[in-house]
Amino acid sequence: MKMKMNKTAKQNAVTYGMVIAAFAVMQIMISTGHISSSLEGLLIPFCYYVILAVSLNLVVGVLGELSLGHAGFMCVGAFASAFFTKCMAETIPNSLVRFLLALVIGAVAAGIFGILIGIPVLRLRGDYLAIVTLAFGEIIKNLVNVLYIGKDSKGFHFSMKDSFSMGMEPDGMIIVNGPQGISGISRDSTFVIAVILVLLTLFIVLRLIQSRDGRAIQAIRDNRIAAESVGINITKYKLMAFTVSAALAGVAGVLYAHNLSTLSATSKNFGYNMSIMILVYVVLGGIGSIRGSVIAPVVLNLVLDYFLRKFQMMGSNVVLQFLSDNRMLVYAVLLIAMMLFSWSPKMIQWRERVFHRNTEKEAQ
Amino acid sequence: MSFLNYLISGISLGSVYAIIALGYTMVYGIAKMLNFAHGDVIMVGAYVVFTAVSTWGLPAVPSILISMAVCTVLGILIEKIAYKPLRNAASPLAVLITAIGVSYFLQNLALLVFGSNTKSFTSVVPFPALQLAGGQLTITSVTIVTILACILIVLGLTAFINKTKPGQAMLAVSEDKGAAQLMGINVNATISLTFAIGSALAAIAGVLLCSAYPSLTPYTGSMPGIKAFVAAVFGGIGSIPGAMIGGILLGIIEIFGKAYISAQMADAIVFAVLIVVLLVKPTGLLGKKIQEKV
Repeated sequence: MKMKMNKTAKQNAVTYGMVIAAFAVMQIMISTGHISSSLEGLLIPFCYYVILAVSLNLVVGVLGELSLGHAGFMCVGAFASAFFTKCMAETIPNSLVRFLLALVIGAVAAGIFGILIGIPVLRLRGDYLAIVTLAFGEIIKNLVNVLYIGKDSKGFHFSMKDSFSMGMEPDGMIIVNGPQGISGISRDSTFVIAVILVLLTLFIVLRLIQSRDGRAIQAIRDNRIAAESVGINITKYKLMAFTVSAALAGVAGVLYAHNLSTLSATSKNFGYNMSIMILVYVVLGGIGSIRGSVIAPVVLNLVLDYFLRKFQMMGSNVVLQFLSDNRMLVYAVLLIAMMLFSWSPKMIQWRERVFHRNTEKEAQ
Repeated sequence: MSFLNYLISGISLGSVYAIIALGYTMVYGIAKMLNFAHGDVIMVGAYVVFTAVSTWGLPAVPSILISMAVCTVLGILIEKIAYKPLRNAASPLAVLITAIGVSYFLQNLALLVFGSNTKSFTSVVPFPALQLAGGQLTITSVTIVTILACILIVLGLTAFINKTKPGQAMLAVSEDKGAAQLMGINVNATISLTFAIGSALAAIAGVLLCSAYPSLTPYTGSMPGIKAFVAAVFGGIGSIPGAMIGGILLGIIEIFGKAYISAQMADAIVFAVLIVVLLVKPTGLLGKKIQEKV
């Protein structure tokens, strides 16, 4: 037993170490000026992609349910925190304090949405759960797009029609402007904070998985009926995993919102496509593998977004050109191939055969 | 009069949803999987017709037949390559995620082949619109053809399933795969047949959808596809009359929501229907309750 604990701790240390090492390399590159501005611009996105992938893996890999509304929670976190930052821009001049508060608010708001959505949704399973989470994600995106909030000397005004029907005083300021979203958010996200948040996310998720609660969640994934019959409260643990995942997605949303100065909900950033993107990271990193979810977003973006573009600038190559122009197509093929490779019973048999042959050789 | 106009366009949109939902419901009944790529097969069908009509200059009927043939082959290929190897996978999520991958693949392949710019689809039903009540009530020819097509397909499919041998085989496979195999039914062929029929229907749905809403992009199919799944759940998944009723009701809800509540919130209203249905009556309007065995 002691052996095993050590092994888990070692595995965790490797995961944390990887993030810290990557951070150190990047910091050295930044301080010595060996980093291009396009790569520097990708650093914070890497961090929120990692947080999104790790948190989605908690639902897909550990709880064993497919959530397609992850971008919706990110949207909630982004808008709640951006609203807060915009309102408090003068009240709290210290950007670090303001950003930390915004993080708390984003996480709590997304977590509350997680509970509210989780209670009805988690009664369902499999395909139904997937499609209902997708529906909720789209509803959140739609609602944000018709939301108008303004502030003037009399207080807050709210409308779901247009900015005129809020009936604001002339001194008023529109904060959330329907499809145009929120503009002029102070760009408080920094790479250091983002990396700390990645580590915090890893800490929370790994602690949860390796705790008694985490084992209960995995028991539900492996056999719901057996888990229920040994007295595990299914609803409680499902809701726990779902809410933690939603709150962490909210944190990613806060990073996202404060990395751009203008925030609006489109199908590209908070819609179904984004949820699928995160799912691609989770699947390619390995369903259930937290370390995989850290590596996959960074490697995929680095290879397909950054290096290919760089090669392309150096000289045109038909294959590289094709790959970088059709990144999504590559993702789709990788996703299908990965699923067939890792889940098809025939492939599993084949892999076991090969694996056993290796172990036999090792034994000799 | 505007109420009647909305009602008619709701039924028309709903008929398209119903045709798509039939494909979902049949595949779900037999393969027990949500075929996420179904919506994108619709898009492929529409692109084939678009190419046949505008590039090769073919008349409407042969174009639709070509499109149905292409979609049938596509449906069978998708099943053989992506879904069949995962049929006995340990996790039910495996095939679902693969289906999402296929959907993603088709969208991006269409993006590569046809480009991202919107193609304006010319209606394949070139008859003039019907004017009733002194021009206040307009029923376009596409609407009439769509509703007729939907009724014919539902009647034809019901007859096929209840009266023919392959149809009975489908029912048997959806009840119990193992027992059906023991009775000498070729399960693989039956599943392929189901995908073939579903995909051919998707081609028809694609043509009708794009004739009524003539803008075609690689993403045209995904939203109607998801809504048609909502319709299939609404009517009771696995039930053919249920898919039709669910589809038409959903079309009416969407158009009324757009007209009387909020144009931007129409999608949200449709999805809210799904959530309410799943919470109040998860088996849908005409669905059977499935007992879970331990």
